[in-house]
Amino acid sequence: MKNAIQNLPKSLTLPKSAASQTRSLFNSPYFTSVITVALFAIMFGLGSFSYTGFFSVQVFFNLLIDNAYLLVIGIGMTFVILSGGIDLSVGSVLALTTMISAYLLESLHWPPLFVMICVLLIGSLFGAFMGALIHFFKLQAFIVTLAGMFFARGLCYLISINSITIDNPLYVSLSQARLTFFGAFISPSVMIALVMLGVAIYLAHYTRFGRAVYAIGGDEESALLMGLPVGRTKILIYSFSGFCASLAGILFSLYMLSGYGLHAQGAELDAIAAVVIGGTLLSGGYGYVAGTLSGVLILGVIQTLITFDGTLSSWWTKIVIGALLFIFCLAQRLLAIGGKARGKATA
Amino acid sequence: MQHPLFWPTAALALLLLIDLIMIPGFFRLEIKDGHLYGSVIDIINRAAPLMLVALGMTLVIATRGIDISVGAVVAISGAVAAGLIGGDMVMINGAPEYVSKMPMVFALLIAMGAALLCGVWNGLLVSTLGLQPIIATLILMVAGRGLAQLLTDGQIITVYYKPFFFLGSGYLFGLPFSLFIVLAVGGLLLLLMRKTALGLFIQAVGINPVASRLAGIKTSALIFFVYMFCSACAGMAGLMISANIKSADANNAGLLMELDAILAVTLGGTSLAGGKFSLVGSIIGALIIQTLTYTIYSIGVPPEVNMVVKSIVVFIVCLSQSSQFRWHFSAAGIRSFKHFFAATK
Repeated sequence: MKNAIQNLPKSLTLPKSAASQTRSLFNSPYFTSVITVALFAIMFGLGSFSYTGFFSVQVFFNLLIDNAYLLVIGIGMTFVILSGGIDLSVGSVLALTTMISAYLLESLHWPPLFVMICVLLIGSLFGAFMGALIHFFKLQAFIVTLAGMFFARGLCYLISINSITIDNPLYVSLSQARLTFFGAFISPSVMIALVMLGVAIYLAHYTRFGRAVYAIGGDEESALLMGLPVGRTKILIYSFSGFCASLAGILFSLYMLSGYGLHAQGAELDAIAAVVIGGTLLSGGYGYVAGTLSGVLILGVIQTLITFDGTLSSWWTKIVIGALLFIFCLAQRLLAIGGKARGKATA
Repeated sequence: MQHPLFWPTAALALLLLIDLIMIPGFFRLEIKDGHLYGSVIDIINRAAPLMLVALGMTLVIATRGIDISVGAVVAISGAVAAGLIGGDMVMINGAPEYVSKMPMVFALLIAMGAALLCGVWNGLLVSTLGLQPIIATLILMVAGRGLAQLLTDGQIITVYYKPFFFLGSGYLFGLPFSLFIVLAVGGLLLLLMRKTALGLFIQAVGINPVASRLAGIKTSALIFFVYMFCSACAGMAGLMISANIKSADANNAGLLMELDAILAVTLGGTSLAGGKFSLVGSIIGALIIQTLTYTIYSIGVPPEVNMVVKSIVVFIVCLSQSSQFRWHFSAAGIRSFKHFFAATK
């Protein structure tokens, strides 16, 4: 939390009265994160009120089970966005991971654990390669990761244009394993995703690496002048995002038990949406990794509401996500403008 | 070699040379029913929607922006047009005939209106609210396809009304009609850029928005209209695509088109950092992409390779635009490299 305090606007760290305290709640950047949690509670509450069987631990756990992969991608994306970059390749790296795993398991019969290590390495190296291009040649993250997205999807189709079923015993047993909590169950994928979230929160808020990420996102030039290892951190950020994407690919292949080039199409956009809705500033430098969890849960609860309703069609999901994105971007923008005005008033 | 169009043209020429050697009869043109037929004509016709979108994207990128919602706008305008035209079968003089649900001109105007509305939305978010262009257009990219699916009810709408097909596969003076649309839009744009101060303004905004605002350019109005224009181009491309496939497919129409358009613009020598732009270059870029696709399909390489090849091309183009990369190969770079080794010895 040290970082968060450093990142707060001046008005928050000054001694203040109760009135200014409530005002600062509305003005502070973490306000959007608070809204996200409240919004999730309201949506879940509305669902419980309107549909029988909605209010249960299992429905909540299903949100996690269905979106474990998205949470893991979102965690990697949070770091990238915190540093002021963007990674459009995560969806296709996920697909490539499912494809490579399926190929190695089914055609070459490699041991499953070795396969997992291999794909995680491939994902990290792919990310590191893109990070190196971005750092050394000063290319735009957007265009490099866009090319990476084409490249990874293309590689999927080079392996096979059809879906490959995974029937490796370890994968099958992992995908069918159920861990019981509070009378409901979760899958091992959820555990992995939550452990990853814990690690990421530690990385972001309690390590030098995390501090450097926030600093680069705040102002890259200042970070460089401060003597922070900007290049190394940037390459690490993109490798971490690649690692997360391939870990999400493993979770996804456990979920689908297949490898396919069309898996998770558009997942990068869902991940960006989750990060933004979770309260991370797109211009970088401010946000919480934990916010991404609430962002993912909101996307999940929209889908669940639509499923429970039954009369709404799936395209409503996209429209609602778009509308939410708009609202949150608008809120962030207004906060930023408000922050600037406040800065001028106190200066 | 100093001319900005040198490298794009050389790349296109190289591709055409490969085609000349590898594909027999590539440059052969035939006249059937008074129309020209041949591979080259086919490439031009298929590249037309991409050329249009790339023209709009060029201006957006020239102002330091990016519009990733063009694919969704393509889907929306196609869905609106196809939905309004549809085509009911009626018996006229004992023969079955398809008629449009509403006069085609109105349907097309409404579809273009929908595309313009998308542009207004993007323009407002970027110019008035000051959102980052990629995020502002991301909103429409996500929601737009949902809206298009809402309009078509998730179905593929088939169009039966013949005059509509002219937009996609019609011929005028023996040449594809789509080519004339591209020429008209491109020509008009070139005139505006060369004969008025608009080109200079766009360039100025791309190089330094703050300075150009202080110099008296109405920056936000300019940016607003650029996004509107880009969406209008995407709308026209959507009409062409749905006329060509005689249906509107909200799921797949224009999917990943934003990426191809950005690629075309980059290939044409426009810098993604804003400022310098080339409309002719973007047209050549779109032609390169379509020729590449055609070549890959025709010489028997599996079509799956297409994406990998395209991405490698993007990497190479980006690297060639990077001054850091060029420095490594320049005299100064090599000298410092030698110096580095001399020092370590």
